[in-house]
Amino acid sequence: MTDLLQVKNIRKTFPGVVALDDISLSIAPGEIHTLLGENGAGKSTLMNVLTGLYRPDCGEICFDGEPVSFGSPRDSLAMGIGMVHQHFMLVPAHSVFENILLALDKIPNFYSRKQYQQKIQQVLDDFELDLDLDAPVWSLSIGAQQWIELIKLLIRDCRLLILDEPTAVLTPQESARLFRVLTRLRDQGKSILFISHKMREVMEISDRVTVLKKGRSLTTLARGSYDQGRLASLMIGEDQVPEWEKAPCQDERLALEIRNLSVRNDRGLSDLDNFTMKLQRGQVLGVAGIAGNGQKALAEVLTGLADASSGKILADDGQDITNSTARSSYIAGIAHIPEDRKSIGIAPDMTVDDNLIMKSFTSPAFRRGIFQDRAAIRNNAAEKIEQFAIKAGPTGNPVRYLSGGNIQKVIIARELSEQPSVLVALYPTRGLDIGSAEYVHKVIVDGAKQGMSTILISEDLDELLKLSDQIVVMFRGRLAGCVDPRSTTREEIGLLMSGEVQT
Amino acid sequence: MIEILLDATVRAGTPILFATLGAILNERAGIINLGIEGLMLIGALAGFAGTFASGSLLVGVLAAFFAALAAGCLHAFVTVQMRGNQIVSGLALTMFGIGITALFGRGMVGATIQGFERVAIPGLSQLPIVGNAFFNQDLLIYFSFLLVVAMAFFFYRTRWGLALRTAGENPAAADTCGVPVSLTRFLAVIIGSGIVGIGGAYLSLATTPMWIENMSAGRGWIAVALVIFASWSSYRALAGAYLFGGITAMQLRFQAMGTTVSAHILQMLPYFFTILVLVISTIRLQKGASQQPEGLGQPYDREDRK
Repeated sequence: MTDLLQVKNIRKTFPGVVALDDISLSIAPGEIHTLLGENGAGKSTLMNVLTGLYRPDCGEICFDGEPVSFGSPRDSLAMGIGMVHQHFMLVPAHSVFENILLALDKIPNFYSRKQYQQKIQQVLDDFELDLDLDAPVWSLSIGAQQWIELIKLLIRDCRLLILDEPTAVLTPQESARLFRVLTRLRDQGKSILFISHKMREVMEISDRVTVLKKGRSLTTLARGSYDQGRLASLMIGEDQVPEWEKAPCQDERLALEIRNLSVRNDRGLSDLDNFTMKLQRGQVLGVAGIAGNGQKALAEVLTGLADASSGKILADDGQDITNSTARSSYIAGIAHIPEDRKSIGIAPDMTVDDNLIMKSFTSPAFRRGIFQDRAAIRNNAAEKIEQFAIKAGPTGNPVRYLSGGNIQKVIIARELSEQPSVLVALYPTRGLDIGSAEYVHKVIVDGAKQGMSTILISEDLDELLKLSDQIVVMFRGRLAGCVDPRSTTREEIGLLMSGEVQT
Repeated sequence: MIEILLDATVRAGTPILFATLGAILNERAGIINLGIEGLMLIGALAGFAGTFASGSLLVGVLAAFFAALAAGCLHAFVTVQMRGNQIVSGLALTMFGIGITALFGRGMVGATIQGFERVAIPGLSQLPIVGNAFFNQDLLIYFSFLLVVAMAFFFYRTRWGLALRTAGENPAAADTCGVPVSLTRFLAVIIGSGIVGIGGAYLSLATTPMWIENMSAGRGWIAVALVIFASWSSYRALAGAYLFGGITAMQLRFQAMGTTVSAHILQMLPYFFTILVLVISTIRLQKGASQQPEGLGQPYDREDRK
């Protein structure tokens, strides 16, 4: 049987980033094919190439054995490729009817409302969905919105359905229902490309699995030829742990304590759920977990960007700092290397000099009365640029012109300038080259020697195993387990990350 | 008395109504157009010149539509194709309109034409109070009624309208449904601009059948404010335009009655109300009552990484 879709050697770069390096895979008619990979492995980029949103730099796509090129989503839709995006492609202000109607192919410009309402209702009934067609989409639950996205594809008779982490926003019951529908569609001969990094689901539903890592397709395995451990180690990588080791932390004094902390997000779900941990002085505490399992909420609540709904954060002297604002958290000495460096780590259009004093511009060192002391600011920048080996370009250069690694160094230089007692670092080496990553590691280890405690949130297990005194694993906002990096295995961490086991 | 005032209200409100409808078409597709004032002037001059040269009012109206449409192409090119800043581009268009019409309008100053005349609709025009104001008017006013209804129908009852609104709300969603977002936005901008041009032509072909430099006198800006007041709905645009028409008519009436209040204060009234309307609409906006297109003002780049 010929493959429905064949992808050969696809490459896609964005300015300064290789998102897809070399991807090949094929999808047979009537199979559920899972794409597995860490964040940044290129899953979403590949999907956007297949749906015509991104144009690949090179490589070939064949559909039904014919080479095709997608200039726009229109082209791939015409072929019968549809996608449920991770960020829904819905108009919240429009009704369910209008959202689905636009997805319909070949409807006349002067359409009969009644006729199409009936047609859509039929599809809804077919899948036993109870949706009010006239309700605006914003009034519906996220789960219901996901169904609308799926209906948009089903009503078009798409032959290949791409679902980008569809269960991320679903309850277990809703997920089970979705899987029943997907299995039914598969049995009807439709092909499904399913993206997930939840092991349980991957094991349950996949006919075949393709593992992506750093923009490359590693391998494709058929059901029966893999188990969870195998997939986890493929996804995470099997590189050796480096010889070099950090001196273990000896100090028993507490730097920070979190007790039964919960954080609710805008949708009222718990991002952080009854989370408890202790951080010792000079300790590097690694936080492992698949992205989206509460790490961001943990960092935000510690740095004052999010409020806790219950529980406590205690400073080293036992003072309750739970819901202090970002500013007073800083006063309590917590530094922050954010996940998204360009949007919250820096002010991209301001100069390197100004970005470096952003936390201390009110300090007398940088002002004379109400005026800035430009000379002092410049000297400070020159000092930091030398100390942290920042390639800052000409003086007055906006910081956005710097490479990712150098932007990260600017942030680190600024955050460490106040001698913080605690550093919260989210994915501090993501997207950095090896040299810059090493530098970040060195900063953390050097800081630990001087008594700075670090909460290192990372997806890179090598990094965690190398730097951490202790590793906690998060799953769905809860503490899934706590392991000693000197005695644990990748498999153990991988299983904890997927929520399969708890310690 | 009420009949006369109502009649003056409709006549003063109509150019603002056209301009507001044109601006709504722009903004529904997600493009802010602050060039309305300039487009009105271009429409006014082109309309007058077209009629002056041909002797036909229809030619004048068409000339106004297409001249403003052509000027709208500039804004569409900058904002849709080049994904430029919509505010700056719109302001530039206004200044361009003021300048170019002053330059090319010099030859038209003092020229005269035969403007639009009233055409009574038999029966309806005999209605008490409203008959004269709404059904004994010129053809452009009847056309504006039609346009209000047609636009609402277009937005809510046609696939094109749905595609256009989706392009303005969430261009990525429209794109993934196969809607050509750039083309849709481009057409919305230029056709909307053309409609604004007809509003300008109303000034030079009906209100006062002559060309006066800068004769729109800020009506374009009132239209920009009215779009928000109208919550991007053509029916509410009608109400808003007549509200301003009414204020204008009233202050003229006051002046004619010879009140002791300075004429300058009275002339200020419509603009004062513009500010008031904006404040009220903004409060309503914050309460979530508005229908502001979510993608308004945002250029769409398919390959932009979020």
